[in-house]
Amino acid sequence: MTSWQAFWAMGGYGAFVWSSYGIAAVVLLANVIVPLVAHRRLKRRIRNEEFDD
Amino acid sequence: MAKSAFMRWFHRFGSLPYFYGVSVPIARALAVPGVLLAAWGVFAGLVLAPADYQQGDAFRIIYIHVPSAWLSMFGYTSMAVAGVVALVWRLKLAEIYIVAAAPIGASFTFLALATGSIWGKPMWGTWWVWDARLTSELILLFLYLGVIALHNAIESPRTAARACALLSVVGVINVPIIHYSVEWWNTLHQGPTITRFDRPAMDLDMLWPLLSAALGFTLIFGWLTLWGMRVQLLWRERRSRWVGRMLENSR
Repeated sequence: MTSWQAFWAMGGYGAFVWSSYGIAAVVLLANVIVPLVAHRRLKRRIRNEEFDD
Repeated sequence: MAKSAFMRWFHRFGSLPYFYGVSVPIARALAVPGVLLAAWGVFAGLVLAPADYQQGDAFRIIYIHVPSAWLSMFGYTSMAVAGVVALVWRLKLAEIYIVAAAPIGASFTFLALATGSIWGKPMWGTWWVWDARLTSELILLFLYLGVIALHNAIESPRTAARACALLSVVGVINVPIIHYSVEWWNTLHQGPTITRFDRPAMDLDMLWPLLSAALGFTLIFGWLTLWGMRVQLLWRERRSRWVGRMLENSR
């Protein structure tokens, strides 16, 4: 077994370790993207004067 | 003299246009070291740290689990502090902080619960037990979701902010319960590893990556919360003249 395979296998706990890190990556990425997208969209709505009475 | 200088800073910083502008370089100053520290901590935890003598490589989940659990409690405590400021001094930025921090705190609480559960399956033989630590952490997630739901449910922004501030202040009682749960009750969850009065019960090769990751994720928490605050701020002030003028100029 190469050292890469050993690394991914995590001593037999690969599924548990990598699913933990995978979920964390997804949740963190969502927390980065959501405010950036919301910010851009909100700025566009304000520029288009959607909130002016 | 020092006090008046502080108060001048306090009022200037409380000014919404000033905050909106200055939050960008502050967020960047948090993001860069935050990402570097978290990346190094995770890398060292996954690659450099030795396997645990009892848990093998499964212990490496703690480099996500412990920073997440720490931030779940830090986040709610900071919301409670902001809640007091919002209720007593009616500072708009404190109100906005609570709304911005809640989803990020909820995310870390979810991660603490999810990674703990994934670790528990091979180590304890079960995904979940209703012990005091796990149950109080689950209640913390519901408190976060409660703050978010309150904010979404109440139309008037000031009333919503007061309700969220109140729930933050009242709910913070759960944080010391989470922290001391492993000492007060006989839990399946292990006792404290790092916050002990004597030496930490952990090898330094394992501990340094953990501290690096915890600090890194804390800075990332600040970075993401600042971005959330910018969005909330823009929404609350969407009809104000300064926002219109600012967007006009930056077109």
